[in-house]
Amino acid sequence: MIGETLRLKVAAVADIAPGLRHVRLVAADGGKLPPAAAGAHVQLVLAGATRTHRNAYSLVSRPGARDAWEIIVRRVPTSRGGSAYVHESLQAGDVLEAGWPGNLFAPVRTARRQLMIAGGIGITPFLSYLAEFAFSGVEHALHVCCRESERHAFDPWLADRPHVAWHWDADGHRLDIPALLAAQPMGTHLYVCGPAAMNDEVLAAAAAAGWPDTHVHCEHFGSALSGGEAFRAFLARSGIEVDVAEDESLLDAIERVGVKAPCLCRGGACGVCVTPLLEGEAEHRDHVLSAEERAAGRLIMPCVSRARAGRLVLDL
Amino acid sequence: MTIAFKPDETFRGDYTYRNSDAAVLRFPFPFPEDRYMYSVNIEPHVRSGPSDVFLRPFDVDEHYIAECRDKAITLERDPGRCQVLPHMMLAQWDTLELLMESLSADYPALFSLVKEGDDFGSRWTWTNRPLGIEQRFIFGDPATLPCEPFEYITRQAQGDFAICDQRDNNLYMDAGMVTSQADWSLEFDVGMSFMEWHGPVPLAHQTGVFERALKYLLMLRLGQPVRRLNWTMTINPRLDTSPESFPEWGPDRASVTPDNAGRKVHLRVELQTLWRLPRSNAILFPIRCYLASLEDLARVPKWGARLHRVLSTLPPELVEYKGLTRYLPAALEWLARHDDGRELPVGTESGITTL
Ligand code: HEM
Ligand code: FES
Repeated sequence: MIGETLRLKVAAVADIAPGLRHVRLVAADGGKLPPAAAGAHVQLVLAGATRTHRNAYSLVSRPGARDAWEIIVRRVPTSRGGSAYVHESLQAGDVLEAGWPGNLFAPVRTARRQLMIAGGIGITPFLSYLAEFAFSGVEHALHVCCRESERHAFDPWLADRPHVAWHWDADGHRLDIPALLAAQPMGTHLYVCGPAAMNDEVLAAAAAAGWPDTHVHCEHFGSALSGGEAFRAFLARSGIEVDVAEDESLLDAIERVGVKAPCLCRGGACGVCVTPLLEGEAEHRDHVLSAEERAAGRLIMPCVSRARAGRLVLDL
Repeated sequence: MTIAFKPDETFRGDYTYRNSDAAVLRFPFPFPEDRYMYSVNIEPHVRSGPSDVFLRPFDVDEHYIAECRDKAITLERDPGRCQVLPHMMLAQWDTLELLMESLSADYPALFSLVKEGDDFGSRWTWTNRPLGIEQRFIFGDPATLPCEPFEYITRQAQGDFAICDQRDNNLYMDAGMVTSQADWSLEFDVGMSFMEWHGPVPLAHQTGVFERALKYLLMLRLGQPVRRLNWTMTINPRLDTSPESFPEWGPDRASVTPDNAGRKVHLRVELQTLWRLPRSNAILFPIRCYLASLEDLARVPKWGARLHRVLSTLPPELVEYKGLTRYLPAALEWLARHDDGRELPVGTESGITTL
């Protein structure tokens, strides 16, 4: 079970509600997918008309499924990005590149009770939570705030899931967040996934009610360790100009053009790849350089760090 | 590839453990340079490296059968060497799946796994030929195995295993199978956080080693395991050097002389790997222990000389922490005969193909 990227084939696409598209993905080589579970996401490489998008989607498939993964994508009306691509162009049979699953939103398994609040499409990570909690037997409840018309879009994932309550914007149906939080027993963990405004409201209500930070969790797709805007670097000693793509690290790009650079952990922790920075401003993402070293701007860790703006000149 | 197992060798009592020439040559010698200090020595656990022990994610060698027996003896005497907190059941299955899949894929002549499906509830059949085990069970149902899944599979694997649960931006040692440890106690550490269980280690906290290592591990990705080598020294080829059994091995430290050091003193190298587990999001930490006597190591001229230099310049805090104080002078006197002072190439490779 070792690997970094996968090729996935779209097995089926279906609209489950206006603006909500369900996509079923299998391994392009007909083999098995790595297992993934509650809270996991997969990053898909979507080749749009003008640029390539890398979007992360929660897996809503059965936890541990290895035959197929499923995602649900909401169309973002104003966007020309990945969601538009999925809704307009993606077809059964297409082959996509993807990363191995990641998980930045795993449930805390020491919790005595699991309380989930979802806003709209933010329900997706909780579909896999529900499957796990049904299996483990931990006490749990999911509250979903959505448009009334979308109430039944997720029914296929909610059969045999008794602890789900629905809320929408009409008198008598709105979720009273402070009242819900006040009613929770000690040892409850709270998870929220929805639009930013809703996340903020729930987090503020939890803070006001004195919930410890360790018991409150919010889904946000953090930036992957490598990747960002494309930029250019010049390796002064080798006399080589390198284009660093969005999805590769500076170190990957240096190695790609055949320049040997020292490295070990490739994750910004060991300090082995430290390289003198002769010109340019770095966006530091490592755990090694001190605040003073960053301020001085004379060193960079190419395994994770990138250019903040413009070109970097390295002593390599 | 066939492995000539040594099923009868022992790691206690008469200590009949010996390394074949091939085992000496593939020893994961940990010192690329003449000096040693703690660092964040973590790198991707790829299927290659300066020693053949890196060729497969879980290395099986000639000591496999004997080590599994020694583990069973230790567990029989002290069942507390395997502990799993209740919230770790998913991580237990993750570990069983990872080990069964890896071992059967990499050593098809020794292990096989036949599955009727991949999901919980599927029937699996596991065959372990070296240990003569065939087990049918239902993946996800602990009642269908003779013991809980983590204990079941780690009894059939060389080395120790810890599982760290990840929460609150920290790692907690919430499960372990620990029968061949370098003088630390699972009983004491279980449930502790990363900084707590590393508390006794000297010098490394001050230089930020643990802070950086923890941040890195919190981002560890599924499918991209990493590894590091750790080392200490042990008198006699003994796996169970736990605090609990100290009276059985501690006094041996006083028995070392410059004449017997070559046979008695062993370099103990731990190949530690770190794996993100898929269902539980926990981190599996296998600690695979390799033992070689000074005599074994000195058969590789580069290693004998380098070990002499590393040990003679080791910071006193590390000498004390690793428990070498008592016998280090005798070991150094023995090793000095194998160090002619010439310059040694950087790197851990043996530099030779036969002994
Ligand atoms: C997350 C999995 C890990 C576990 C379960 C673990 C566990 C331990 C334990 C139990 C000890 C013995 C402490 C004592 O004396 O009681 C130890 C020592 C140590 N650990 Fe870790 N560790 C882990 C990861 C790491 C990593 C990633 C590093 C990287 C720098 C590291 C560096 C060390 C060092 C330098 C020592 C001292 C070893 C010696 O000198 O013999 N550990 N570890
Ligand atoms: S390779 Fe370790 S910090 Fe860059």
